[in-house]
Amino acid sequence: MSTPYAKLPAWADYGLIPLINLSVAFIVAGFVVMLVGENPFRAAVILVEGAFGKGTGIAFTLFYATTFIFTGLSVAVAAHCSLFNIGTEGQAYIGGLGIALVCLSFDSVLPWWAIFPMAIVAAAAFGALWGFIPAYLQAKRGSHIVITTIMFNFIAASVMVYLLVGPLKPAGSQAPQTRNFLAGAELPKLNWIIELFGAKIRSAPLNICFLLALVMAFLVWLLIWRTKLGYEMRTYGHSPKAARYAGISETRIILTAMMISGALAGMMALNPVMGDQHNVAIDFVSGAGYVGIAVALMGRLHPVGIVLAAILFGMLYQGGAELAFEMPAISRDMIVIIQGLVILFAGALEHMFRPYIQALFASFSPKSVGMQAVNGKGA
Amino acid sequence: MDVFNAIVQVLDSTIRLSVPLLLACLAGLYSERAGIFDIGLEGKMLVGAFAGAAAASVFHSALIGLGMAILISVAFAMVHGFASITHRGNQIVSGVAINFVAAGSTIILGQAWFQQGGRTPALQPGERFEAIVWPGAEAVRDVPILGPIYAELISGHSILVYFAFAMVPFTWWVLFRTRFGLRMRAVGENPAAVDTAGISVAWLRYRALICTGILTGVAGAYLSMVQNGGFVKDMTAGKGYIALAALIFAKWKPVNAMFACLLFGFLDAAAIRLQGSPLPLIGKVPVQFMQALPYVLTVILLAGFIGKAIPPRAGGVPYVKER
Repeated sequence: MSTPYAKLPAWADYGLIPLINLSVAFIVAGFVVMLVGENPFRAAVILVEGAFGKGTGIAFTLFYATTFIFTGLSVAVAAHCSLFNIGTEGQAYIGGLGIALVCLSFDSVLPWWAIFPMAIVAAAAFGALWGFIPAYLQAKRGSHIVITTIMFNFIAASVMVYLLVGPLKPAGSQAPQTRNFLAGAELPKLNWIIELFGAKIRSAPLNICFLLALVMAFLVWLLIWRTKLGYEMRTYGHSPKAARYAGISETRIILTAMMISGALAGMMALNPVMGDQHNVAIDFVSGAGYVGIAVALMGRLHPVGIVLAAILFGMLYQGGAELAFEMPAISRDMIVIIQGLVILFAGALEHMFRPYIQALFASFSPKSVGMQAVNGKGA
Repeated sequence: MDVFNAIVQVLDSTIRLSVPLLLACLAGLYSERAGIFDIGLEGKMLVGAFAGAAAASVFHSALIGLGMAILISVAFAMVHGFASITHRGNQIVSGVAINFVAAGSTIILGQAWFQQGGRTPALQPGERFEAIVWPGAEAVRDVPILGPIYAELISGHSILVYFAFAMVPFTWWVLFRTRFGLRMRAVGENPAAVDTAGISVAWLRYRALICTGILTGVAGAYLSMVQNGGFVKDMTAGKGYIALAALIFAKWKPVNAMFACLLFGFLDAAAIRLQGSPLPLIGKVPVQFMQALPYVLTVILLAGFIGKAIPPRAGGVPYVKER
């Protein structure tokens, strides 16, 4: 039981094992569908068709994926530094506040291309601030980041509810949300890209935040694997002792990692707020921060993996909406189960199948798992 | 007299509101003392609430409901154990996963089985735990001061309320006066020492998680079968996290846990009572501030500004026998 995990060939480590874990998660989800009395295979077909069958579906899938790329990157950056940021949800929520302040102040005077950069900065700054406090408390006062970020999610929710039913609500309105933004704070759509391929699109909210998300994914890759800061973060994540010995300041690295993580989380709010709803409403994040945990774990904390995982979850969201239409017994909450199962099998039970795979590899070719061939056995 | 009655009423609802917190908090105490972080209290309470209400309404029995709540909640605790003890996975990741599976499956299964938008059918009188009226409660109600206290605060709660408060001394006794408790605390502080003594670390931790599952199951049953008379989706509404906060606030001690839960319950009761009405001296306090107060207090405590909360030393670290 307590043998260390031996090496596997890289393709098995990064391709096969995640694939097996993911398949198990979906098989278990299939059982839940059966328990509800529906056919899981038909459900899967409807889901994929709903997500990719029509141009509108693709645009919606990518719209949701945009949100999850941001939150997934946010969780991943912190995770590289071995900080588990459950606070993505709250950081995104507060990021929305930054966007609201910028948009409400300038949307009548400036065009979108002037407001957008300001909104990015505001969203990132507010999100970073909400990540900074737990990080400071962890680095300086030794409080556990997981607990503090959970608490900050609830505090963020209270703050936002207070602001949205009070100061930010336009007079005479009943709905707990800001006034609708004017045209100046509406981001241009990207639907024409999909229409280039000949698909027809009826009003989908896919917007330039998608491109921003891809740029951020590239920048995160650059940060983690091509800069000194990223190296220090990974060092700290691997072994805090080694990092301390190498003269890396613990405080600085925790603060920076969490602020970057918070900034990415805050930027997630740009997509639904400026790209789709054009206002800030109560609970507009609606769990996307938590989806980010699943996305980051599934993408194995690598930006490419995260983009792919985000698209998969975007597909589940969009296809799930179609599915709820076709099979009333399966509502969108099915995604929450799948999300949980993915986190369970790709995260907590990551190593469950590893010993078996390893034994399998060892029996075919001992060299591939780093074992010496015993005389008379093996190649 | 009006003020006094109002105070008694607030205290009464304090008790009612703090019971699920207390049960979940004690549940977390068992697992965290054994060195297993449990973010999944919320999810286990939720499945307990669902299983309890569903079974009670199908089998027309409150006891079967309670049994089912405990069974399913323990099953989820075992999943957590399987991931974090047997497979040495990340305990926080596993807890988060359990919360999502619980949140999603209760809605999906509830909708599929009962077709009431994720609710279970409203529980009939025999299917929920009724309030127990203590002897003489009605007779002494009119006695000043003591009467209302006896009739409102002490009498007139369901059996689960008394169970919850009885669990406080019981947990203290288990933790500090039994061999199991000593070993459980040891496994949370220094599992290697327990292992050296020839005691199975994994089996001890599994047993601690069974205790956790039982208590979260009762907490869930209380929510859906006492407080509400039926399951409503997401009915735990963050109570599992408040319980976690209370556990830290209580520094992982059972009696402190009771006071922490009563405090958080009181804040909740006061927030409901004061909705919109101004307080003396401070003026009008936003409801959201009262709601956020438990979390803010926990953050301040964790930051070491009110004493120091030191978790069990081996908490969150999977035990590896040797390399």
